[in-house]
Amino acid sequence: MSRHVEIHPGMYRDSVTLMQISASISQRPGVRSALVAMATDLNLSLAAGMGFSLEADLTPSDLIVAIDAEDEATLAAARAAAEAALAERARATGATGQASDGVITPRTVASAASRLDDATLALISTPGRLAYLDAMDALTSGLSVMIFSDNVPVEQEVALKAEATRRGLLVMGPDCGTAVVSGVGLGFANVVRPGPVGLVAASGTGAQHVMALLDAAGVGISHCLGVGGRDLSAQVRGASTVAALDALDADPATELILVISKPPADEVADAIRAHAATLSTPVQFALLGADQPDLTEATAEVLRALGRPVPDWPVWGQTSDQPTGRFLRGLFCGGTLCDEAMVILSERLGPIFSNIPLRPEWALPAFDSFGTDVALTGHYCVDFGDDRFTTGRPHPMMDGSLRRERLAIEAADPEVGVILLDVVLGHGAHPDPAAELAPAIADAHATAARDGRQLSVVVSLTGTAGDPQGRDRQAEALAKAGAVVFASNAAAAQHAATLVASRTSSVSAEIEGAGR
Amino acid sequence: MSIRRLLDTEPRVVTAGVDVLADALAAQAVPTLAVDWRPPLPGTEADLARVLADPRRPDANATAVERMMSAGAKLVDVRPASEALGLTPGRFLHAGPPITWDRASGPMRGALIAAMLFERLADTPEEAEVKLAAGDGITLEPCHHNRAVGPMAGVVSPSMWMMELRDDTHGNTAFCSLNEGLGKVLRYGAYSPEVIERLDWMSAVLGPALQAAVRRHGPIDIKAIIGQMVQMGDEGHNRNRAGTLMLLRDLLPDLAEIGLPSQDLASVARFIGGNDHFFLNLSMPAAKLASMAASGVPGSTVVTVMARNGTDFGIQVSGLPGQWFTAPAQIPEGLFLGNYGPEDANPDIGDSAITETVGLGGFSMAAAPAIVRFVGGTAPQALEATRLMYEITVAENPAYAIPVLEFRGAPTGIDVTRVLRTGILPIINTGVAGKVAGTGQVGAGLVRPPVECFTAALSALAAAAPPLPAS
Repeated sequence: MSRHVEIHPGMYRDSVTLMQISASISQRPGVRSALVAMATDLNLSLAAGMGFSLEADLTPSDLIVAIDAEDEATLAAARAAAEAALAERARATGATGQASDGVITPRTVASAASRLDDATLALISTPGRLAYLDAMDALTSGLSVMIFSDNVPVEQEVALKAEATRRGLLVMGPDCGTAVVSGVGLGFANVVRPGPVGLVAASGTGAQHVMALLDAAGVGISHCLGVGGRDLSAQVRGASTVAALDALDADPATELILVISKPPADEVADAIRAHAATLSTPVQFALLGADQPDLTEATAEVLRALGRPVPDWPVWGQTSDQPTGRFLRGLFCGGTLCDEAMVILSERLGPIFSNIPLRPEWALPAFDSFGTDVALTGHYCVDFGDDRFTTGRPHPMMDGSLRRERLAIEAADPEVGVILLDVVLGHGAHPDPAAELAPAIADAHATAARDGRQLSVVVSLTGTAGDPQGRDRQAEALAKAGAVVFASNAAAAQHAATLVASRTSSVSAEIEGAGR
Repeated sequence: MSIRRLLDTEPRVVTAGVDVLADALAAQAVPTLAVDWRPPLPGTEADLARVLADPRRPDANATAVERMMSAGAKLVDVRPASEALGLTPGRFLHAGPPITWDRASGPMRGALIAAMLFERLADTPEEAEVKLAAGDGITLEPCHHNRAVGPMAGVVSPSMWMMELRDDTHGNTAFCSLNEGLGKVLRYGAYSPEVIERLDWMSAVLGPALQAAVRRHGPIDIKAIIGQMVQMGDEGHNRNRAGTLMLLRDLLPDLAEIGLPSQDLASVARFIGGNDHFFLNLSMPAAKLASMAASGVPGSTVVTVMARNGTDFGIQVSGLPGQWFTAPAQIPEGLFLGNYGPEDANPDIGDSAITETVGLGGFSMAAAPAIVRFVGGTAPQALEATRLMYEITVAENPAYAIPVLEFRGAPTGIDVTRVLRTGILPIINTGVAGKVAGTGQVGAGLVRPPVECFTAALSALAAAAPPLPAS
């Protein structure tokens, strides 16, 4: 057994980069475990859990490289690979403190803003407890800001939005995963054509889904301005929604505005609707939740308002298989898509348990390592984008490994008849999700077939033809692996519900037949 | 930059955080610039958030640094401290934040002993030490509390002659003593007979000669000389060669015409021309005027004073005028004279870091690449030092343009929040005094302030900031 721990004081790399490096080192043959991470409390406890002993006086500014390998040669090679990967990121980003000609890299948003001529926007994805500092720096430098980071305290969000209002700037976020500004995708964003629809979105995947459906209908968007999931809460009072509405109203390219949000706090809803009524551009609302039109229907309403035909939403693959098991399992990356599916499913199938339940009594029991060791029963949907799965690992839209592990577990459960998955394409997402997911779907079918069962796999695919991953290529690969793939998330959920319901009714028929 | 412009133009994006998001923008051919981001100093997060939320801060900092840069500095007179500052026998000024005899370092004690001997308040160093320790009739006050600055120990006594500089823009006056040269000198803590003899000559001959010459010449624009010297290889702190010669050039005709005996004229010209640091005692009060102008802007996080007394390093910030934030001073790193080494060095001492406070000295090191040989570095390191200082300052002073950086203005106005946000501490060029009283100079080098000065200032700024608006 060979262990190595090294500290690089003052070296900083972002968490996603470090998780990628950790994963690539861990996967080397002969490496038992590896952690390449900043010395945060969380990572220090991870290192301790892996059996590494570390100095007591480390700070989050120190970078840890800890590797446990089977022998010295493997260890040496893994160390070299880790160092090379760290140096690679340094070269790619210029993050060396200074280049050889004595040029100093910008250390603050204000410094970078002063160096990038005519900068218009800052994209902040620093740790949530610190993102406020960088976002405020952006605003005081005269930049609008998109805050991708989550876990920003709400009082800091209020302060940032007040400062933005004072300065005539826009704050998108915090926890804003998606925006499209003048055709440029920021964060997780699909490649969409330019067009007349302006989006104001408190939900990133919700906005992505609407943009993808509009794109499928041949309608483009002018801008998609994220506002953050809390913008329409009673505390934040729609500060960014109002600013975004005004900006889109003044934008000559925008003919119709769609606001995508959870239902606003009551007192905020009236104010926003009253404000929207004062604008010269028509404003529609797509509110997420029970008793509301789903995103597919909201998109259809937009198309009708524009006088455009509502197409048949694309479907790929066979839709006729009849599942053996009686339960549905939904495994999602996008919280909004999971939410929408659960609304549709629960109307037809009754309780849908979840880690983001529609009702408190439908909460899934607690689980620590959901990938492997929890056996549950009933219909349930899991949002793998939930914080408890993303602490210390990349978002499932970037890295689907945890979900694939669970897919295999569900496929082995004889009670499971239908597995519902979402796949989201676009900038920021995994470069080829089907390359990993299609084999996992094929394996799932093979597992069921070995047990003499029929399994149905239904996929909701959010993407556009222009996305780097290619929507059709992804859809075809997934369909070939035995999934039925829907461009509409609502249609995917409906189909899944129908499959479960048909199984239930045919079981009832069998029981009735047996009784006769 | 309005929201309207955000939507009307192609985005140009500053990114901070996760590389993959910046990579996605680069893949779309969007002009981007990534921040070389790292976390702030641990423990400062809450105070930083509070201070950055202070809506007064951006304008307050702009105002403070505008005042700092617009301050003028003209040499208007040379007078004894008794007359200029009203100093009376037994009252001494010193460098840095307040200090008492019992905590004073070797060079500070040595300089005070020298001043006692020079003022004829004691006949021997031993007697001086006993009287200073007893404290009867002795008062120690910072130069900074008396509109003055002093290099190294910075000890000023009533009979010393002071240069008087005037900022007409803001109506301020600042003072500094006459520079004694290098080697065994009072300001480095030496008090041997040659030290006292030189001080006597400076009071008897040099001071009156300069007074007559300056009065005859009329006000001399020191700020203009500083602007020229940074284009001639000086940075105004550890290298003042061009500045000294330009001053001598301006004064020499008047010195010649005031009717000095030719022997005195020659000794005055030889003394000034032979002391490359003579102009330091003009760049420092010029910087003090800039600092005074910038002080007292509510909500400003700009540093207005950095000063050391040989025991403590102290800073002041514009938004909290007059408050010292101190921590133990550190030992400079650099080159040592003769057989001296780091073990002989006293902790950092002197008001001369006032030059760095306003963008000169270590901040303008790129203008003075020759300095790096003095402090043990390479010429590219001089460029890096100045470039690094832009990361913690809020403005660039066009009056102090640095040729090798395409005449970019000196990095000016240290922002406490940026120091802690980036972990980059100010770079100070400095002389090194021997730690034993009476030794004198032992070397020169670079020093950084202790970070605790900045964390303490940040905490006080946070306490004085309005709370976040109620949500």
